[in-house]
Amino acid sequence: MSDLFAKFDPVIEIREQLLATGRTDPFNLVMEKVESPTVAICNGKRTILLGTYNYMGMTFDPDVIAAGKKALDEFGSGTTGSRVLNGTYVGHRACEEALKDFYAMDHAMVFSTGYQANLGIISTLAGKDDYIVLDIDSHASIYDGCALGNAQIVPFRHNDIDALEKRLKRIPEGAGKLVVLEGVYSMLGDIAPLKEMVAVSKANGAMVLVDEAHSMGFIGEHGRGVAEAQGIIDDVDFIIGTFSKSVGTVGGFCVSNHPKFEILRLVCRPYVFTASLPPSVVATAATSIRKLANSADKRAHLWENSKRLHAGLRQLGFTLGTDEPQSAIIAVIMPDLETGAAMWEALLNEGLYVNLARPPATPANMTLLRCSLCALHSADQVGEILAMFAAAGRATGCID
Amino acid sequence: MSDRQQTYAKTLAMIAPFNKKGVAITEATRFAQDLEWDSLTVLDFVATVEDEFDVLISMNLQAEIETVGQLVDALERLKA
Repeated sequence: MSDLFAKFDPVIEIREQLLATGRTDPFNLVMEKVESPTVAICNGKRTILLGTYNYMGMTFDPDVIAAGKKALDEFGSGTTGSRVLNGTYVGHRACEEALKDFYAMDHAMVFSTGYQANLGIISTLAGKDDYIVLDIDSHASIYDGCALGNAQIVPFRHNDIDALEKRLKRIPEGAGKLVVLEGVYSMLGDIAPLKEMVAVSKANGAMVLVDEAHSMGFIGEHGRGVAEAQGIIDDVDFIIGTFSKSVGTVGGFCVSNHPKFEILRLVCRPYVFTASLPPSVVATAATSIRKLANSADKRAHLWENSKRLHAGLRQLGFTLGTDEPQSAIIAVIMPDLETGAAMWEALLNEGLYVNLARPPATPANMTLLRCSLCALHSADQVGEILAMFAAAGRATGCID
Repeated sequence: MSDRQQTYAKTLAMIAPFNKKGVAITEATRFAQDLEWDSLTVLDFVATVEDEFDVLISMNLQAEIETVGQLVDALERLKA
């Protein structure tokens, strides 16, 4: 019998090498208690959370919690059904209404996760003989959506407008075209030149899908994302988003103005063949989304946090993923996985949690310490974070 | 030179700057195993080839191309 696990041997080997150094396993952390959106207890120690994508700190919002508890009491713990059968409750509709209002768009479709939203929309929209043109640094859920469908997949160099245009022009006449972009790319925290890219896509007859998972609630005047901030949201055909970042729960969605959008509910398999979100989850999501629409002050404070952390880390001598802070993600570039793991552990010992990101999830095989800020990080906490980076950086030799 | 020979010669010239290990190239040379290219190198090389021949090599097609000879054959089909 051949062992089907043999193909994982290289991954097992890298992992064993890393753990043999005596390091804490960076992919096996347990949050023992969560005190707030910014503080948890890990290994019995108070830990500042700087790697949770909880950008707007909605997870402990009293209105959000109350809405979830009420729905749990009134509608039970789960729907046990598909959206198209017994799994659409008034709460699911209310959540879609909240999204339509938030984005000022005609249609909204809620999926059980953000991953499934990309999987479902991309694989369903682009069929055989259609073309999907996507940024090479796209999220795994976008690639998996491509793999689930039958379209021709054409990647282009990250954020390269000319490369996108060249590929669009080479697509055979008459073929359907879907361009897939992200507002914020989550590894380095850089944003896309959506204004130019959407213009080029439209000029070449393509429909455009933008994943705004990491910008919702924060970027743009109303928190609608990078497409709003760059003034071209009306030219975007589909926006994909998630409830598991700024919204503070779990779930995914697609909003659109396409007149035939609603038919997707019947033809999109990752929407149809899975159970809908629990009533408490859609209730928390809807409440959170409505509050996010009016959170300009929190958005301003989050920008302050992002700017201060970026400037502070640079001053300490760290290499960062972007020259200027472009989002609530600040990526610290590590020279290699071993140093990255050492630095990650040193930070945890100081009382700070960040994400360790390594190949193949990262571009150009980089090892990153990915920091995502929260609007509820206080000015004092940002100061503490910088002090911990300084101490850990010196202890591991990352900085002088 | 036949069309195919010309395409092969052009392909060899385009591989050269990416052939950091100086592997001797034949039609049977495999991109992943022999040249040990990572995904970013593949992207850059494919872009170079696409621009040279003004064609589109989708990821679906790339998945079927393992060797230099197979790339030349694919280019001959795409140009036709």
